[in-house]
Parts: sequence; structure tokens; C-alpha cells
Amino acid sequence: MPETAEAKKFTLQAYKTDVHVDWCPGCGDFGILSSIQQALFQLQIPPYKVAMISGIGCSGKTPHYVDTYGLHTLHGRALPVATGAKLANNELTVVAVGGDGDGYGIGAGYFLNSGRRNVDMTYIVYNNGVYGLTKGQASPTLAKGLKTKSMPDPSIQEGINPIAVALGAGYTWIGRGYSLDVKSLVALITQAIRHKGTSFLDVFQTCPVYNDLRTKDWYAGEDIGRSRLRRLDSDPSWDPVVKDPASIEEIAEKKTRALHASYEAGDSLAVGVFYSIDLPTYDQQLANKIPALKEHPLVDLPLYQRDVEPLFAELG
Amino acid sequence: MPTELSRREFSWVLGGPQGGGINASAEVYAKALLRGGLHVFANIEFHSNIMGKHSYYRVTAAPVPVHSHVDDIHMLVALDHESLFGDAAERKHYPSHTGHVHQVAPGGGIVYDADLKIDPAQFGREDINLYPIPFFELLEEALKQIGKGGQSRKYTVMRNTVALGASIGISGYDEELLFEAIRDEFKGRKAEAAEMNVAAARVAAAYARAEFKPQPARRLAALPPEQRTRRMLIKGFQAVGIAKLKAGLGMQTYYPISPATDESVYLEAKGPAYQCAVVQCEDEIASINMAIGAAHMGIRSATSTAGPGIALMSEGFGFAAITEAPGPVVFLWQRGGPSTGLPTRTEQADLQFALHPAPGDFPHMVVAPGDINEAFIDSFESFNWADRYQLPVIVLLEKFLASSLFSSEPIDSSQLKIDRGMLFQPNGDSESYRRHAITADGISPRTLPGMQGGVFSTTSDEHDPQGHITEGIENRIAMMRKRMGKLETAAREIPSTTKFTVHGPRQAELTLVGWGATKGAILDAMPELEADGRTVNFVQIRMMRPFPAEAVTTILRNARQTVLIENNYSAQLGSLIAEHTGVIMDHHVLKYDGRPFSRNEIIEGVRAALAERKKEVMVSHA
Repeated sequence: MPETAEAKKFTLQAYKTDVHVDWCPGCGDFGILSSIQQALFQLQIPPYKVAMISGIGCSGKTPHYVDTYGLHTLHGRALPVATGAKLANNELTVVAVGGDGDGYGIGAGYFLNSGRRNVDMTYIVYNNGVYGLTKGQASPTLAKGLKTKSMPDPSIQEGINPIAVALGAGYTWIGRGYSLDVKSLVALITQAIRHKGTSFLDVFQTCPVYNDLRTKDWYAGEDIGRSRLRRLDSDPSWDPVVKDPASIEEIAEKKTRALHASYEAGDSLAVGVFYSIDLPTYDQQLANKIPALKEHPLVDLPLYQRDVEPLFAELG
Repeated sequence: MPTELSRREFSWVLGGPQGGGINASAEVYAKALLRGGLHVFANIEFHSNIMGKHSYYRVTAAPVPVHSHVDDIHMLVALDHESLFGDAAERKHYPSHTGHVHQVAPGGGIVYDADLKIDPAQFGREDINLYPIPFFELLEEALKQIGKGGQSRKYTVMRNTVALGASIGISGYDEELLFEAIRDEFKGRKAEAAEMNVAAARVAAAYARAEFKPQPARRLAALPPEQRTRRMLIKGFQAVGIAKLKAGLGMQTYYPISPATDESVYLEAKGPAYQCAVVQCEDEIASINMAIGAAHMGIRSATSTAGPGIALMSEGFGFAAITEAPGPVVFLWQRGGPSTGLPTRTEQADLQFALHPAPGDFPHMVVAPGDINEAFIDSFESFNWADRYQLPVIVLLEKFLASSLFSSEPIDSSQLKIDRGMLFQPNGDSESYRRHAITADGISPRTLPGMQGGVFSTTSDEHDPQGHITEGIENRIAMMRKRMGKLETAAREIPSTTKFTVHGPRQAELTLVGWGATKGAILDAMPELEADGRTVNFVQIRMMRPFPAEAVTTILRNARQTVLIENNYSAQLGSLIAEHTGVIMDHHVLKYDGRPFSRNEIIEGVRAALAERKKEVMVSHA
């Protein structure tokens, strides 16, 4: 624990529950859970000012393990629920989590449309290439030709590139982490939560039980003698932040570089921040229509003493 | 036997191509009648099409209350050939309609464009009056009067106003009331447009009065000014929208779908001034889930949709129910089904779906208001029920109610009170808070997220009182009983006046049974059925879940002869009544052509069922 911990109002423990974590031993989810808890702790967001919203699958259980408000929703629907939650109470820090099947398969429509809406919230995807809870079917990110151990045959569908989709959808902060590199992941989640707008963080997550291809050793590159993960910030010229959001040229250039990085060929997988831009959030634009939202969340507005007689009068 | 209403009402139809401005014109006409102290009911029929297909607007007015239309037309105003004779010439099989000439009552009249140069023999009617009006010539004359001569091609849409003016002139109605309504319609826009239209109406009225000596058998007269009551002219979607704002709606979510969109668009326009957010979503799954997320955070949320949309929302109902979300309230505006079906037509075929919107056993409520006033009250109360019982509520409505215009007395909302249900007061010890605490009435006090000491997590999985996943047997049984028990609590607490109404005498020789917006036509039909020589009452069911089983059983067991009236194929309320009361309706009068019942269809359907001792009578006079 950092030395400054004493000065902090909320302890790391304050973000943990005593609910039994039922993930398999060695599951990459532990690294993501721990990173979320540490990021909230570092940011010192009061636990009662956080709403964790999850989909269905192993990742969906996360809210039960983080001692904040939590909604464990439906398969693929974390983002719309999170959107409704944030718009109802813009004082909450809203973090949506889900798996790759949840987000890129059954929830693909919400993954796409949440990008263009840009509500101020964070979306973390636990990307392990398989449907773990139903025992290892191919997920939308499993590449064509791969066969994990419970699949009878190799996949004959292409895997999607979520970073590329996110760039097209309009996410204003796009990153990728690795579940077993907790230190970097904490830093990424912290940045993602701080970002104003919808931040999207895809996390390579190991599933030691069903994905016998994308293992800890595979990511570490035991077979090729070097890690397959390449940190984007290891390139000194890498600058994912759009300085002038009004500049179509700069946006195109930064998105193109990010797209290239997301399609890196060979045994190299880019991790880090791909793209970041400051654009008006949906919440801010809603507050332009309803100015009181700049001062108070919707839930605190005096909504129950409305005089609707003028509306009847219009119908005279 | 004619009743006061059937003797004194005036049935007027404006027909023309979609997109040709007939809505605005018919509503101006309706307002002119309203301003004359008349009761007005108006309904529109249109295709799922942006421009060109036949649509028509029917305005029924009377010096006594009227809530329904009749088959007869006393004056037809046709803006095109198709409105007269239909589209049979273009569509060999199943023409979409056969025009309105055959519906004109003997002695009635037809206003149409003289430029169509129709041979009067083509109408095939010796018993009606024909009023060919040179629309463009009169328009040109009116434009000339205000210094815009030679521009009639630029203002073609104003031929509607010419037609209105002619029809007012022929029927003998006070044309000043029409001018007033026109000026009202153009209020806030260019005053010049108002005066152009007034001029067009004036020229046309004068022409019609001078040109046509044979007057229609039925005339239309305003009440003397001192007898005129101030009423509003309101559509169902407006009543619901205003009720939602009155109820404290914080967020409306929606995906565009006929016939529900009007309500959401109304809220989009009016909501922000009342601090109500309206979010257009990517689909109905997003709509319901966004609304659920908002409800869990403590605001009142709603979404509005139609059949195809609620099909997508299915899983959301189970999710809201198992997590005991205080809402959302889902407004289901029924249209003709199944699937895409008849997007712009009316039906009552979603009742059984609304009762079973998702797999599993879970509590939710379904209420089906029958008119403007009930739509307002039930919409308002639904938010109280959602908060109090922490469950989703469906308000079941129809396209017919959404888009029909009713002259209405002011809605009295003084008795309506906001009830946000039981809220948890934190005592500093958050460990003790159980979001799904087992209680006698099934209701667990809820917290507002963001509140210190009220932290909870909940899930669509079965869970323990703290909201954490468990598959334990004892907990499962306790949770099922707790959740379902809330319906019993609701059934106990909600007054019976909200659940059903017996219109007419408590005991009658004939009992009509129905629900939803068929109410108006049934009420208007009752005096004529009584005039046949029997006492008649009408049992209107409003609360579909929890169903008022005990009271309805008593009423229907004591009924002498029952006729169920529904705007669907399968008598869905009949099934629900049988399920809860064991009572089987003697007769069914059903209509599933996508159009609302006319009063004649109710009367003749009931007569046929009784006379022919038929279990089931299908009616379709269109």
C-alpha cells in the first residue's frame, strides 16, 4: 500500500466486499478486479458514489466483489443500464464491465451506439476469446482458424477488432490492457475513469480453463523469447491525444495511427492508450437543454411539483 | 330506434393523399366546431407511408357528448379522386379501400374538386347532393384579394382551406368560428399565412352558399354563445405525456415506432422545460434497460412502444422484476399485429402478451385505460405503483386512443398524489442494509444510489436479501413468495374503482364486457341497444394484473347474458376472465380489420350475436 494511504479517507479495503469470489483459480479476472479496486482507491472516489454495472458471464459477477452500488444486469445490456444510471445521477462514477461475448456479440449494438453517445462513464471489457461460463465456445474475438480445447473444430468466423470498432463508433478514450499486468492496468483504469466521456478499455484476459491458446505463457512469449505485448508508450513518438478536437486532419491522423496499431501483425499486440479526445459529453449536452443539471443530478431536481396546466391550456 | 345522439350528430370526413395537409385541416375544422360549443370526436386513418397514399380524417360533432364515429357520412370532403372511389382501378386484388361515396348517408353531400370533371352519373347516387367546387379558381380569387394573384400553384396546399370553407358554407355553420380556428392554427407563424387562409375560406364559403341551393338533409349549427362550454381538444398521446410530467417523470427513453412515437416526440418538445430528459435509443432493448438503470438510481422512468418493440423488451421485464426496480412504466400503444402487421392501424391484440411479457414467474402490473381521463389517471398512478411495489408496470393503450381527438372537460388532477413508496433511512451502519429484505407485504425499503449507508448490489440472478447470487433452496422459496406477494399487496391496496367499472345499472338483461378504448363506442351504443327493449350495462375491465377476480366473478356470475366486445381475433380478455373467474362469455363481437369499432358495428354485432344465438360475430363495415 502506498505511504500516502493514511492520509486517504477511504482504504483499499473499503472497495472490497466479503462475498466469496467464485472465479476459477488463476483466472485473469482477479487481476482486473484488483485493478478496479485499486484505481477507485487511488482516485479516492467514495464507494457510495460509484455504480458498477455488469453484463452476464464470469465478468458479470464483478459488482458483487466491489463494495459500491452495483447492478448485475442482463447479457449484453450493461451499457444501456449504465447510461440510464449516469443520466439519472450524474454525480455517480459509473463503471460498466462485461466480457467480450457480452460486449461484442450479444451487446454489439450497445457497444457501437454508446460510442457515439459519449456519456461520461467507463466501459471495461474482459476479453478472453471464449464464452467461459458456458464452457468455452468461441467468442467474437477468437480469430478464424483457432480451436480452443472445448471446441470440436476450428472457428470459421473472423474475430473482430474491438479497438477498430471503437474508433469507428466514436469512443473518446480507447485503451487496451492485460489482466496480469496489474500495475499498468490500474494506471489505464485510473485514466479511463478520469476521462470526461465514454472511455473504452479492452483487457486481454486469460481464461486458464477454456482458452488454452491465449495463455499467460503465450502472452509472455515463452515460445518466441519475448513478450507478445508491446507497450504503445514504448515508442517515444506515440501521442494518442487529439490536441485540437476541431481539427478533422488531426483526428484522422490519430485515428489512423491507432487503427494501424490495433492491426499490428506478427507476434505483437499493442497495449496502452490508443486514442483520446475531449468532446462534449451527452450529459453536458443534456444539461444544455436542462440547465439545472449543471448544478444538481436529475434525481435531486424538484420533479414532483410540476404545474402542467399550461400544457392543457395549449389544447384549448 | 334513433337516440338523441344519432339524430343530432354530424359526421364529416376529409379524405386525401397522405402528406397533403389533411390532418392540419381536419383539426382546424374540429376546433371550429369545438368553439361553437359542440362536443367533438375525431379519428384518423392513414397508411404506413410518408406521401401519397389515401388517408382520411373523420370529425363527428354533436350538441350532446359523443365518443365514437358512425358508418354514415353526412358530408364528405374529397381532395382527390381516390377519396371518392378508392383504388380498385389500380389494385385488382383486395383494393385497400373502395372510397367513401358509398358511405354517404341519403341526403348527405360531397364536396369535391370541380376540376376532376366527374360525370355525376359516376357517383351512382341519386339520393345525395354533389358540390363540385373549383378549388384552384377560388384559391386564385382569394389570393388576388390579398394581392397575390397568379400564385395559386405556389399555394396548392391551401386548396384544403378552400374545401373547408365550402363545406362550412354548405352546412350552414358559423364561418367566423372557422376563421377563428384558422387564425389559431397559424398563431406564432406568419400572420400573413393566417389571413391568406381566412381569405380562401371566406371566398369558398360565399361561393358555396351562392352556388348550391339544395341543402344537405343534416345541418350543423353552433350553440348560442351563452351555452358554449370551454373544452379542450386532446389526443391520447397528449393526455399520457402530460400525465407523465405531472407524475414527476425524470427520463423517457424510446425507439421510434408507430403509433408510440407521437408521445415521445411530444415529451421531447415539452419535457426539457419541466426538467424531463428524453433519450432516443438504438433499439427497444436499450430503451427498457436504460429506463431500468434510471429507475434503480431513483428517478421515475418510462418508455413507450408498440408490439414489435415490446417483443424486444421482453428480457427487461424479468430483469426489472427480479431486481425489484421501481419501474419503469412501459406504455404499450397497440397497433395491428402480428409482427410488423398494420403499423398505423389499431387493435387490442397485445393484452395476452402484456400479461406475459417475459419468461419465468414474476410480478408486474398491467392497466388498460379506456378514455382520455382514465389514460391520464392511470398513467399517473402507474408511477406510484412502480415506486410503491418496486416492479415494472405496463399501461396498455391503443393507436385509436393515441391519435384520436376528443373534446374534453378539464382533467381534475387535484386528487392525484405522488407516492414514492418506502425509502430506507440510513442509520450509519451500511452492513445492516438489505435491499431485498424479506417483509410481510413483500416490499423492501429502497435506497437512492449515491446515498451513504445505503450501498447495495443486485442481480438478475436469483439472490439473497443482500442482493448477492445464491441458488439456495430456502432463499429461493422466500424470494419467490416475497416478490409475488407484492401483487397481493397491490391488489389489496388499490381501490376497486381503478380496477373496473360497471356502466349503467348494476343488474341488466344484457351485460356488455370490454376494455380499453372501445369504451367510447360501447357507451354511445348502449342507448340504442336499450331502445331495442332491454336493460343494458357495461362491465369495463381496467386492471388486468393483478386481476380483480373476486369482484368480477360476482358481477359476471350474476349477469343474465354476456357479450364480450374486443378489437382482436382471439377474444383475449375473454380468456383472462375465464382464467380468473371460470366464467365463459356467452357471445363475442370481434373486429380485427385494424380499424376501430364504429358505433354501428357494436350495435349490429351485438344484435346479430343475440338474434342468431351466435357464439362469435366478426364485424367489419369498412
